[in-house]
Amino acid sequence: MLVRTNVNGERRETDVWPGSSLLYLLREHLGLPGSKNACEQGECGSCSVWLDGELVCSCLVLAAQANEREVRTVEGLAAGEAMHPVQEAFVETGAVQCGFCTPGFVVAVADLLEQVPEAPEAVVREALSGNLCRCTGYEKILEAVRLASDRMRIREDEL
Amino acid sequence: MAASNPDVVPIAGGTDVMVELNMDLGRPETLMDVSRLPELAEWRRDNGHLFLGAGVTYTRIMRELPEHTALVQASRSVGSPQIRNRGTVGGNLGTGSPAGDALPVLAAWDAEIVLARPGGSTRSVPWREFLTGVKQTAREPGELILGARWNVPRGPGSFSKIGTRNAMVIAVANLCLQVDEVGRSIRVALGSVAPTVVRAHDAETFAAQAFEEADAWDDPGATLASDAVEGFGELVATAANPIDDVRGTSAYRRHAVAVMGRRALSWAIEDRRSGVGA
Repeated sequence: MLVRTNVNGERRETDVWPGSSLLYLLREHLGLPGSKNACEQGECGSCSVWLDGELVCSCLVLAAQANEREVRTVEGLAAGEAMHPVQEAFVETGAVQCGFCTPGFVVAVADLLEQVPEAPEAVVREALSGNLCRCTGYEKILEAVRLASDRMRIREDEL
Repeated sequence: MAASNPDVVPIAGGTDVMVELNMDLGRPETLMDVSRLPELAEWRRDNGHLFLGAGVTYTRIMRELPEHTALVQASRSVGSPQIRNRGTVGGNLGTGSPAGDALPVLAAWDAEIVLARPGGSTRSVPWREFLTGVKQTAREPGELILGARWNVPRGPGSFSKIGTRNAMVIAVANLCLQVDEVGRSIRVALGSVAPTVVRAHDAETFAAQAFEEADAWDDPGATLASDAVEGFGELVATAANPIDDVRGTSAYRRHAVAVMGRRALSWAIEDRRSGVGA
């Protein structure tokens, strides 16, 4: 079946098997492998994307449900060569071990900081409860959130 | 569409249906996306009742219905932000898992489930008749869950849940307690400890009597004897009929609901004293 979506600002038309997930559409049809395929049951968060501005697990969205909707993936975060502040913060704090969970975390953190720019740690932990890192590198990830939060607020003030 | 093909599986947030598909546990002939049906996406108050559309997500419940304490607490305990942004009470009902977090709340609130029938008519089924077994409901082929409707109780209420983590868990056991100041009753429903959600009737009768004896219905400042709260917890546990499974043993589940029952009653007494939920 034909699915028309707007992915990272671009109109895309894809012919998918009706049982496909949005994750499969993104990775296998559109060549956007940033969203990772791991648990396929909404436990790990490594496939996190925005669907009409809402943070979702793309493995649990039927591709057809994204028809005529807007999808934003981790690939849409950087502005050209300039990384998103959350991406910068992950690099600078070394919040990456094997890197598999990273895109999902980056998307979830960006979503959180868009809604709550100054999130206390308890709120951060709650917001990231649906993203798993099996290298157990959470401490650095929390550090990255703090750094990104500070930077984003400073940039906000400069505007 | 549902009428012409009774085997159609409705999909809203996909947090259950997509898992089946992805894991190749089921391959429905036809899926019907109900996530864009405006009728399912709304809630409304009418005449002391609340109608909650089957498609209202847990995130929206937390944001839009804060005064429905127990339901908000149950919603907060569902999955993660990603799951709550998609998951719906209609999905809990459609799946009919005994662990569905919204279900003990609907049971404690004596909700009825509203179904659309092929041809356009609707019917309402009390929750007790709707949940018929493990992942089995009274929804007939071709019917669509429109939502749930209940008489909004006056009085404090809470939802508790035991799991292995603070987030992202399927309940080992869960419980909803609701005080009904008007009907002078205390309602307790348990999840994940029997094939369906169950009400703890003996505990309910016991608690109402203890309130009566302490003159607590007329005096919200009244306290119950501590052995009354203990006894209540023990009676709550007798309503459970749990199994041993990967999430917990039967004995642990009984113990867990006794503790949750006791705590929930203590909170309710505390809330009445400070005027919460009045």
